[in-house]
Amino acid sequence: MKVIATSKRIPIESVQPDSSFESLGMDSLDRLNILFDLESEFDIEINDEDAKQVTSIREMIEGVTHLVQAKNSASPGE
Amino acid sequence: MRRVVVTGTGAISALGNNVADFWRALLAGVSGIRKIQGMDQWQIRFQNGAEVLDYVAEDHFETPQIGFMDRFAQFAVLTAREAIAQAGIEWTQSLRETTAVITGCCLGGRSIEETGYYELFHNGRSRVHPLTIPLSMSNAGASHISMQFGLEGPAYTISTACASSTHAIGQAFWMVRSGAAPMAIAGGSEAPFFLGNLKAWEALRVISKDTCRPFSAERSGMILGEGGAMLVLEPLETALARGARPIAEIVGFGMSADASHITQPASTGASRAMRLAIKDSGLAPEQFGYINAHGTATEANDRTEAAAIRCTFNEHTDQLAVSSTKSMHGHALGAAGALEAVACVLSLRDGMLPPTANFLSPDPACDLDVIPNQARACAVEACLSNSFAFGGLNAVLAFKAFA
Repeated sequence: MKVIATSKRIPIESVQPDSSFESLGMDSLDRLNILFDLESEFDIEINDEDAKQVTSIREMIEGVTHLVQAKNSASPGE
Repeated sequence: MRRVVVTGTGAISALGNNVADFWRALLAGVSGIRKIQGMDQWQIRFQNGAEVLDYVAEDHFETPQIGFMDRFAQFAVLTAREAIAQAGIEWTQSLRETTAVITGCCLGGRSIEETGYYELFHNGRSRVHPLTIPLSMSNAGASHISMQFGLEGPAYTISTACASSTHAIGQAFWMVRSGAAPMAIAGGSEAPFFLGNLKAWEALRVISKDTCRPFSAERSGMILGEGGAMLVLEPLETALARGARPIAEIVGFGMSADASHITQPASTGASRAMRLAIKDSGLAPEQFGYINAHGTATEANDRTEAAAIRCTFNEHTDQLAVSSTKSMHGHALGAAGALEAVACVLSLRDGMLPPTANFLSPDPACDLDVIPNQARACAVEACLSNSFAFGGLNAVLAFKAFA
C-alpha cells in the first residue's frame, strides 16, 4: 500500500485493502508505474497477463505475496 | 495547385530488401515476424520482432561511407536510391537545387549512444566514439540522402513517434502541390533493435509475446519492426512530360492532436485526421474503398481505430476493406507510415489489397472487414493510410488510383 501511495502521490490513509484501482482513479500508465515499483521493491517479475486480471489492492497484495513466496521457496538459501 | 503523383517507391523491411519482395510478401500474406536475432533472449520478456534479415552494408555502400551512417540512415539512403531509380529521374542542376527531402524517424541512431553509454558507465571508459553525434542524430537519413544525390532544396526530419513518416510524406505532398518544391523524396526509416530500446518497450507492456494479430480477438500487443521506405513525389504534369509512369496519385493529407493522454488514443482525434485528409483530397467518403490501418494489435489502438473509422465513414464503413500490414512487417515506428504508404500506392496500381495476416477470430469491438489472412483482388478508387502516434499525434494520407 505504501508503494501505491508513493507512486500515486496520495495519502497512505486513502489506500485501503478493498480499494479498487478504479476508485483510486488509476489509468493504464499508473498501473505500469505501480507494476514497475512493485517489481523493483520486491525483486519479482509480474507477467502482463496476470497483471491484467488484478483490479483491486487486495488482489494485488495476494498476487505479490504469492510471487514473493514462490521466489523465497525457489531460493531457500537466501 | 498541382496534382501530385508517386513515381517511385523504395522499401526495406523484414519482408525483403526491395519493393518487389515487400509487395510479393504482403500479397502472399507472409509475415516477417520471427525470433529476434543477436539478442540475449534471457534479458527480454518477449522473443519476436520483424527484423531486416540478410542485410550486408558492404553490398550497398563503399566502406568509407558505412562508418558515417548508422543502420537507420543506411536504410534511408538505400530506399531513396531504389525510389529514385524506379522514378527514372534525370537530374538537372535546377532540379537538384530545389528538390525537397523530408524524412520521418522516431529513434534515430540511439543504438550508437547506447554503445557509448555502456562504455562510459559500465566499462569505465572515458571517451565515446567521435561520430556519436552525427551517427545518432535523427536527421542523418535526410542529410545522407541529400549528400548522396546532391539535393540542395529544403531538407528536414519529422519525429512524431509512430506517425513520423506519414507526417513527412504529407508535408512533402503539400510542398509539391503548392509549388514550394518541384519534387520531393519523402518517407522514413528506423532501426529499433537494441537492448535499451527493447527494454523500454518491454516496460510499457504493449509488446506481444506471441505475434502481431491486428483486430483479432486473440491479439496480445504489437511487434516491433525495422526498415525504411521512400516515395518520389512530383507534379503530374512534370511526370507525364518526362514520360514517367505514375504509380498512384497522392490527393490528401490530414493531421490532428488528441490533446488527451500521452499513451491512450482517442477516437475523436483519429477520426478528425481522417476527415481532414478526405476533405483535403476533394473526394467523397464513398469514393474510398480501402484503409491501411494503423492497426498495431494493442487493445487500445484497434478498438479506438475501429470506432474512429465507423465515426468517419458511417454506413459506408461496411463497404470498406481495412487491413493492417503491421501483421507482416511489424511496427517499424518512424518507418511504419512510409512502408504502409508504399503498400497503399501498390494496392491502387495493381487492384490488390494486402491482408491482415495472423488473424484468428473477429473481435466484436473491431467490427470491420479486415481482409483476414488472404489478399483480395479489388480495384478501389481511393484509399487512406492511418498513422496514430503515442502522444496523440495523428496523420492520415489519401491516395487515388491513377487512371
